[in-house]
Parts: sequence; C-alpha cells; structure tokens
Amino acid sequence: MTMTTTNEITLHGIAAAPGIVMGKVFVYTKHVPHIDEKTIAPEDAEKEVERLRSAVGRSEKELQKILSFAEQKIGNSKAKIFEAQIMILSDNVLFDSIFKRIRKERKNAEFVVHGEITKYQQLMLNSSDEYMRERAHDVEDVKNRIIRNIQEEKLISRFEGGSIVVSQSLTPADTILFSRNEILGYATDMGGVTSHAALLSRSLKIPAVVGLKEVTSHVHSDASMILDGYSGVVIINPSEATVAQYKRRGREMAKFEHGLNDLRELPAQTLDGKQVELVSNIEFADEIRFSKAQGSHGVGLYRTEGLLMGKDAFPSEEEQYREYKSIAEKVFPNKVIMRTFDIGGDKVIAHSYEEENPFLGWRGIRVALDRPETFLAQIRAMLRASTKRNIWVMFPMISSLKEVRRAKALVVQAKESLRAEKVAFDDTMKIGVMIEVPSAAVVAGDIAREVDFLSIGTNDLIQYLLAVDRGNDIVSQLYQEFEPAVILTIRHIIKEAHKNKIPVSMCGEMAGDPVATLLLLGLGLDEFSVIPYVLPEIKKIIRSVPLREAQKIAVKAMKFSTVEEVKEFLVGHVKRLAPDIPLPD
Amino acid sequence: MIEKDVEIKNRAGLHTRPAATLVKLAAKFKSEFFIVKDGVEINGKSIIGVMTLAAEQGSTLTLRFDGDDEGEACGAIVDLFERGFDET
Repeated sequence: MTMTTTNEITLHGIAAAPGIVMGKVFVYTKHVPHIDEKTIAPEDAEKEVERLRSAVGRSEKELQKILSFAEQKIGNSKAKIFEAQIMILSDNVLFDSIFKRIRKERKNAEFVVHGEITKYQQLMLNSSDEYMRERAHDVEDVKNRIIRNIQEEKLISRFEGGSIVVSQSLTPADTILFSRNEILGYATDMGGVTSHAALLSRSLKIPAVVGLKEVTSHVHSDASMILDGYSGVVIINPSEATVAQYKRRGREMAKFEHGLNDLRELPAQTLDGKQVELVSNIEFADEIRFSKAQGSHGVGLYRTEGLLMGKDAFPSEEEQYREYKSIAEKVFPNKVIMRTFDIGGDKVIAHSYEEENPFLGWRGIRVALDRPETFLAQIRAMLRASTKRNIWVMFPMISSLKEVRRAKALVVQAKESLRAEKVAFDDTMKIGVMIEVPSAAVVAGDIAREVDFLSIGTNDLIQYLLAVDRGNDIVSQLYQEFEPAVILTIRHIIKEAHKNKIPVSMCGEMAGDPVATLLLLGLGLDEFSVIPYVLPEIKKIIRSVPLREAQKIAVKAMKFSTVEEVKEFLVGHVKRLAPDIPLPD
Repeated sequence: MIEKDVEIKNRAGLHTRPAATLVKLAAKFKSEFFIVKDGVEINGKSIIGVMTLAAEQGSTLTLRFDGDDEGEACGAIVDLFERGFDET
C-alpha cells in the first residue's frame, strides 16, 4: 500500500522544463508484463512463432507512428532516438535465436522474448557508461512493447487530459505519446536534466520536474499537486495558502510570458535607443522556426557539425550546399553566421595514436588547415549558398594570426575555383574568427585588423583561460563566468575589435545568462547569440536599462576581486531593473 | 577462420550509430562474424548484441570470421574500424 497523507509535502527535484502548473495527479504505472513460463504442444510451436511475428509487426507499426509523431512535434534530428528501437525489431540474429528456442524448448513466446532480451539489457545496465545505461532503457521499452503485443494488450496512451503525470520514469515514447492528451506536466522519480524525457518535455513545452526520487510513493491518482518547473519543486496536497501563493506566482509568470509574446516583434534595444543584435545558436535547420517564434532575427552560430550526425562519411559539397542554402533562405533577410566544422581530427583520418589531451589537440581550424580538401569543399558550399548575401563564415579554434591568414587564403582559393567555373557567389562574404583560445584573445587586435567580425566562444575560452575542465567534477566548480580574469579578457576582446571598427558577437552560454546581460551590454558587446529558449528574457533585460547605466554597472563590476561579489552585484541590478525575470538559484 | 584484433578509434566508441554501420556491413557477407570483448562473445550481425559491447575509444576487440568469404569480410570490417567508422 502506498503511503499517502493529506499534509502538504514539498519535494525537491531537478527542474527539467519550465512552467508552473496545478492539478490532479495521474499516477502512471508502467505496464510491467506478467510472464508465465508455459510449455506448448509440439504442433502449436509454429503458431507461437507466428504469434510473435505479428506482435513484432504491430510493435514496429506503433514505433513508426511514434517516430513520425515525434518528427512533427520535435523535428527529425531529435526523433532519431526512436530509430534504434525500430532497428532492434529487425535484428535477425536476435529473432532467429528466439524462434529457435520456441521451436526447440517449446516455450511460450513472451517467456523466451523476455529471457533473451533481458540478457542484453543486463549487460548494458552493468556498464559504467551513462549513455549505455540509457540505451538499456530503450531496450527494455522495446522488450515490453513486444511482450505487450504478444499478449495483445492495448497501448495505454490516452487518459483524461488536464492532469500531472507522475511516474517512476518516463521513456521517450511515453513522453511523446502522453503529450497528445493535453497533460499539464511530468513529475518523475528518476532522470536527470539530460535524460531523453527531460529534453523532450522542453521541446514539447510541457513543464517537468525529474529526479524527485520518491514522488511516486507520496501520491495516488487524483491527489492535488503543484509543479514548479522553474525551480524543480513539486508540492503535494498544497494548503490553501500555498495554492494562493503559487496562483500569484503563476499569474506573474503568465503575465511575464505574455509580456514576452509582446516582446517578440520589439527590437533588442536599450532605454536610450542603442540597438544590439539578439540572435540564436542552432545546429539544425528545423530549429529556425522556434527561434523565430521566440523573436530572434538571425543566427549568430550555426554549428555545421550537425551535418555529420548519423553519417558514415563526410557530407559532399553538394549536400552541404543544399543544407546551407536552405538555412540561408529560411533566415533571410537576416544573416546567419556559419561556423566551419569544429571537430576532432579523428573524424577526418583515423589516428595512428590516441591523443592524450584532445582539448589541446588536433581540432577545429587545425584539422581544416591540415586537410584543405575537406575545408575547401565546405567553403565552396557556403560560397555557392551565399547568393542572398546573408551568410557570414567563422573559423573555430583559432590560436594565432597565421592560422587566420592561411584560412583566408583558402577562402580566396575557393573563390577562384568558383569563378573559373562561372558559379555565382557573394564575393563580399564576411569572414570572422571565434575567439576561444586565450592566445587569440591576447592578440585580438591583430586578428581584428584582418577579419570582418569576432565572436567570443565563452565555453572554451573560460575552460582554457582558467585551466578548468567543466566535465571534471573535482574542479568544475572553478569554472566561473564571473571570474574577474574572464571579464577583463572579454573587455579586452571587445575593445580591440572596436578599435578596428568591427563588431563582436558572443555565442557561448554566457551570452544567454540573464545575470551576465547588463555586464556584457555595458562592455559594448554588439551581438548576443543564445539558445532560442532564453531569447525573450535576454531581450527583456536589454530593454530595461539605458546603455549609459549598463556601462556604469560594467565599470563597477570590474572593481570587485571575487566571483561572489561580482555575481551578487549583478543579480541585485537584474532584480531591480527586471524583477520578473526568473534567475537561476 | 580468421581472427584479428582491432582498436576502437572513434571518440564516441561503438555507440548506436557506429554499431548500426558495422551490422549493416557485416550483413553483406556470408561468413559468420563474432566480436569478443573481455571474454564476452557476441554475434557481430546483431544490432542489439553490438550495442551491449559498450566499447569505448581505445578499447581492443577481437574479431572472428568464419566462412567462404572470411578474407573479404575481415578486410572490409577491419578497414571500417581503422577509419574510426568515419566518425568523430
């Protein structure tokens, strides 16, 4: 029996998708199939094999339906997670051994399917690799789907709308299917912010709190619940006072989000009329629609590596051209900054040795300059797609002026070859450099003299500048955007660019941190390139302040000598100027 | 029968995508194809099997081919590993 009480219970989890909702709980208990071991008569063995074959067929139909629904709702690239499951359904080795066992041991289909697939699942769960354990959930989902279909049970995917779904965990398929029921939100015991279910609920815009550990043992269906996907909290059996408090907060947020809608068509402009570019970072063409809906007027970082996903070989010049052309057309009349492949060298040629420190190794422009054929094909594709004159090109991982010159020479070479072939292109295509290596930051002035724009990649810049690997839990807390050394470096880059009369963009995560906006604005940043999700908040902050005041805030922020002081100071100003912005922490 | 040791060179290891590439290539040959890692042997023509290998960059696998076209199969599949599955 589950423990339930009528007292208010607050549980803290991980905020996976933003939004505040209140409503009745629907506890979703995963259909755990009941499996009996049965011996079948010899003459029925073929019938049993047939039963399994048609169950696999139905499972495949279900998954195809989920896949196409997911493609519509969240885009092709994200829907790919369902393809692996479909592939398992046509694994001949797996099913041959299952059919063989049914015939030889004369056991019922669900018993054999369960036994065989669980073996693989166990191997995956034993792995120390998180990715692999995630795949084990996919395999379990496929297994349960086949067994359910053998037992001819219907898929429960429809239930009364308007409830908050509470579950131990949710598979990507559940998350997608439930979203058809106008559900209010998701609360789960398990899962992290990077779990598939969390990523999908953000794409679907359904508020979610995951990693609550024990929410399922505290509620039953029809209990009332408040779910706050901004701060990662759920409140079970909320008191009247709590309900009133959250209603108020909900209204404020609704007003805030409504206000954000009004913001969509407004420029990113300070109170005294200084307009800055507020654009988005994308990896796939299908993200442009969402980014426009969020009020973005261009793309400040298009990561071309997305083209390499799911490919066995480098995309041809022709394939790249088609993709770049389609993106340039979607973004027109605004511009898109396309970054050339930022990949490790092992993509181009198998390493004869393992790099001990790939972050300081053969990647980005270094690979491009060593493998000019690949780089030239990409540049030619961009040039050919540039006839609307809205493509800017940017080189990653530049560490010296020499590399800039060599890359630019290759652009000239690409142009000459196109000219010889009488192919049209934008001869004035702007060329820029990503500043993410400290040595490039130091000589930003020299680089600025020879390019059309700079873009600060804060994620790598901060890692390299502070010598901190963000992925290393032991030191990751030393990774700090507001470290005075980071702020001074950013100021230096912006100053040097402006001395040379070229604009500076920032495409790292810092550009999308609402706490950093006033500082960056005050330092003179010309363009903020952010994930589309945070666009409205950043716009709101930009519109809340005169440039002169932001400049004063920046000057003052540079006087502090610790991260904590800088942060506290900046948070105070955001709260004062734009009190309705939900700040992290 | 041919046996050959190979090293995983691509950064992501034998994750879903490379596993799919490998299985599709293996299906083109008649020979049986097994992969041995840390004493566990799996059928290289099975996607679910290859997915369980959790073979990370730098790990070593033993490939075993048995059949009429084993030489050809071995050449093509070893080459795929050498190219790091054409992946990052």
